[in-house]
Amino acid sequence: MEVGKVKRVAGPLVQATGLKASMYDLVLVGEEGLMSEVIGISGNKYIIQVYEDTGGVRPGEPVKETGAPLVAQLGPGILTQIYDGIQRPLPMLAAASGDFISRGLFVDGIDHKKKWEFKPTAKKGDVLKPGQAFGEVQEQLLIKHKIMVPPKHKGGAIKEIYAGNFNVDETIAVLEDGSKLTMMHKWPVRQARPVTKKLAPTIPLRTGQRVVDGFFSLAKGGTAAIPGGFGTGKTVMQQTLSKWADVDIVIYVGCGERGNEMADVLHEFPELQDPKTGRPLMERSIVYANTSNMPVAAREASIYTGMTTAEYYRDMGYDCMMTADSTSRWAEAMREMGSRLEEMPGEEGYPAYLGARLADFYERAGRAEVLNGGQGSISVVGAVSPPGGDFTEPVTQNTLRMVKVFWALDSKLTQRRHFPSINWLDSYSLYDQILEPWFIENVSPDWNKNKRRAMNILQENAELEEIVMLVGSDALPEDQQITLEVARMIINFWLAQSAFHPVDTFCPYKKQFDLLAAILKYRDYAFEAVQKGISVAEINSVPSKDALAKVRLEAEYEPILAKILAQMDVEFKALK
Amino acid sequence: MTKEYKTITEISGPLIFVEKTEPVGYMELVEIRTGGEMKRGQVLDSSDDIVVIQVFEGTGGLSKDTAVSFTGDVIKMPLSPSIVGRVLSGSGKPRDGGPEIVPEVLRDIAGAAINPASRGKPRSFIQTGISTIDGTNTLVRGQKLPIFSGAGLPHNDLALQIARQAKALGEAESFAVIFCAMGITNEEAQHFLADFERTGALERAVVFLNLADDPAVERILTPRLGLTTAEYLAFDLDMHVLIIYTDMTNYCESLRQMGAAREEVPGRRGYPGYMYTDLACQYERAGIIKGRKGSITQFPILTMPGDDITHPIPDLSGYITEGQIIVSRELHRKGIYPPVDIRPSLSRLMNSGIGKGHTREDHRAVSDQLYAYYAEGNDLRGLAAIVGKEALSERDKLVLEFADKFEKRFVNQGRDEDRSIFDTLQIGWDLLADLPEAMLTRIDDKYIKAYHPKYAASAAKK
Ligand SMILES: Nc1ncnc2c1ncn2[C@@H]1O[C@H](COP(=O)(O)OP(=O)(O)OP(=O)(O)O)[C@@H](O)[C@H]1O
Ligand SMILES: [Mg+2]
Repeated sequence: MEVGKVKRVAGPLVQATGLKASMYDLVLVGEEGLMSEVIGISGNKYIIQVYEDTGGVRPGEPVKETGAPLVAQLGPGILTQIYDGIQRPLPMLAAASGDFISRGLFVDGIDHKKKWEFKPTAKKGDVLKPGQAFGEVQEQLLIKHKIMVPPKHKGGAIKEIYAGNFNVDETIAVLEDGSKLTMMHKWPVRQARPVTKKLAPTIPLRTGQRVVDGFFSLAKGGTAAIPGGFGTGKTVMQQTLSKWADVDIVIYVGCGERGNEMADVLHEFPELQDPKTGRPLMERSIVYANTSNMPVAAREASIYTGMTTAEYYRDMGYDCMMTADSTSRWAEAMREMGSRLEEMPGEEGYPAYLGARLADFYERAGRAEVLNGGQGSISVVGAVSPPGGDFTEPVTQNTLRMVKVFWALDSKLTQRRHFPSINWLDSYSLYDQILEPWFIENVSPDWNKNKRRAMNILQENAELEEIVMLVGSDALPEDQQITLEVARMIINFWLAQSAFHPVDTFCPYKKQFDLLAAILKYRDYAFEAVQKGISVAEINSVPSKDALAKVRLEAEYEPILAKILAQMDVEFKALK
Repeated sequence: MTKEYKTITEISGPLIFVEKTEPVGYMELVEIRTGGEMKRGQVLDSSDDIVVIQVFEGTGGLSKDTAVSFTGDVIKMPLSPSIVGRVLSGSGKPRDGGPEIVPEVLRDIAGAAINPASRGKPRSFIQTGISTIDGTNTLVRGQKLPIFSGAGLPHNDLALQIARQAKALGEAESFAVIFCAMGITNEEAQHFLADFERTGALERAVVFLNLADDPAVERILTPRLGLTTAEYLAFDLDMHVLIIYTDMTNYCESLRQMGAAREEVPGRRGYPGYMYTDLACQYERAGIIKGRKGSITQFPILTMPGDDITHPIPDLSGYITEGQIIVSRELHRKGIYPPVDIRPSLSRLMNSGIGKGHTREDHRAVSDQLYAYYAEGNDLRGLAAIVGKEALSERDKLVLEFADKFEKRFVNQGRDEDRSIFDTLQIGWDLLADLPEAMLTRIDDKYIKAYHPKYAASAAKK
């Protein structure tokens, strides 16, 4: 392996000569051996991005080749980990260098000493294909980790296979051609892992968020973008989805965001119990924390590292969800490196390949038939942080070309403390049609009908509000005044949902449906009453209407709601 | 000591280009001697034969045969407990006539990132005595909460009032205030110093002053020096540190100037593409660390150019900090102090610092309800201006009145008025009590029964 020399250092970018490395190979820069990656070769000049701070690095210092690209270590022991952008476990870094991250530390992505009990699921003589599982490890109490032939390994007949306790480097199977298999393999993070076949997303991802499930639903294996100015609720939404989405594995990537937010995740995930199993969320999570003040090159890598681990668990047949907060910081990392490379900038200084990189990333999501047989999925939710909250900027626009669900955050709603601040007129889900049959079959035949009705009311409301701004609401015909009131109910009693309320943070499908149906029932009664000539003031002051406001906060809401609806029957009958 | 070079090949704005033979480290501290004066600089680009250096004290007076020597080390700040009580320049030199700091430790001013896994969760409530902060945008220890203001608004008074009144409930702990001035006027600086002196705060403060007529490049150092000092006081000496720095806008202008001098591809509105990362490297130096006693809480102040919150400086700051307190020109014109507009203001760490065990169980609900009707009332003002108050429905009239009263009684308070959180919540309830109970849709019934003035008397008896 060659040892080259640093020629120039400017920020996170180093130029070196005397190397033979390939593009995207990992190299170690300087006396301290800083983890770095080759990102450009021109003549004998190598351009290298350094994943660590370069302060003090001098021309003339050595650059060592490693002969391999940046890889993730894949094997048991990934779950519950907290990594930086290049899969270094943060607690290990803390053990090595204290509370502040220092440089030049090399730490394995998974523990190589720990023994795991390996249970073969294949036997001597079985012929293994690439990607096929041949055994398993109980990685967490409820999560079995399938041990698979690496996708690029050609496989073959098993000559020997051992049950027992092994670490990830020990041989657990030998194939006829003499190749040895262990519980770990490495995978270059910038490369998508292969699947047999991509499948259409036909099953909704249940999130327990009314505006999401009820209006703009995401499918398992689907992609969603959540753009919004600062403080509009991207992070809270991603954390809430991580907590409640019905997936097996959660990959939470904090990409260039706040340290205190990561502390929050690291604090909450271990404590938060899965309502079904009572087990902590952390047991089925992988967290990446490459905060805004950590090196930008590692921030750029974190998205790929995160995705690679997501794909690995998908390959075992799990439903995974990866949230990336924020893809804009990732794009900015690209821009920063690009401008230091003096590349020809595209729109707003972003590199011309921004769109292609975003596309490659979202393409790695999806539901698929995996090499091992069976199905797995990766749903991706990417936060986008547009400058000035303006969605016409390149990252938002390029993302919208790729993703199927758009949750548009609206700072006007934020200012009113309406959460989630997802604008109900601008947002959309292209999975709408595909998922409709599922909801009809599994929740209610009226699911879609009610959803359309509610959306129409809100649409009409928006039009009416413009008129109200000119003439006041009292000048409107009575039925339109009712529509305004019903819209207000849908917005305040149903769309609004506090992520921090112990009950309301998660709303099951049935409850979502029942609450909306109750509001629509009020609407029908109110319209009927208007026809009969009853005044709007009288209609709006029926006590059962106000009672609907807080049903969402009740865990055992059914008897309460039933009582309110019965009361509504009585109250409207009494209106004369 | 390395050798001295007299090989400046180019001087361009704040930058000098120097030819040299020995290897020089990126970010290395450089000493530049001209006449009797010593200027300092930092290496921004280092290659085999030439280095680019930014000169903090400005390149005025430098010529091609000025002597340049490389120190072989990055910039470090001398620190010892005796730094508390000192007034230093924006580059860390004594400005109070006192001696140089005799260092117990030297710390790299770039500061390493706190390992996210080592961070503690900020959750201790800090009472500032200001209702719009404590009640609706609560501050916690370890938070970075900037004040977004505009030229001519009383953000300095607000910052001083916070510095004076801020306390944790029920504990006496060692704390310090660090004040970093970047490009503010001498008059503003005197205003701060006089107040520190009046209240005795100077004894537990460290002041860094880079004034409007001091070199602009020096401003790039000032917050780094302040934050390095903060880390030392917080994590070596176990102190709770409150750091106020003003004005971040001037700091960002210096960054832009440096970027232009280096002929970098500019980002939005001419600011460097790495400004987000650069600002993050300052703002992220707030927080608490598991197992250590101290904390760093940041109050950066920035004036929004043209009062425009979408300008890159407030915009990028807002994306990094944990909320923002917005000082509003409109409220200021109405004569309301502090003119904090709570609608666009936010404290993201509020949730972990309020509620049972921190402030009071009804805090979140009261705050949400106040927000909702204040925002709605504000919207209705526009409508009322067009159609007249009379055309509003009864409900809307109530909401409109609520917004007015909210500004006069909740937002408005004296410059020396130090309200307890319970006073603040009480004012909130008194305002809400003027609305029909059915309108309090964001408040759980159990809190209404316990704290609504209508029931409070009987609830208290129980
Ligand atoms: N669903 C919700 N329920 C209650 N409060 C919420 C909700 N969503 C957001 N908030 C409030 O809004 C604040 C800001 O949200 P969040 O931190 O998610 O914004 P963001 O879009 O990630 O901002 P940034 O881009 O600056 O990171 C939160 O601290 C919280 O107070
Ligand atoms: Mg966020």
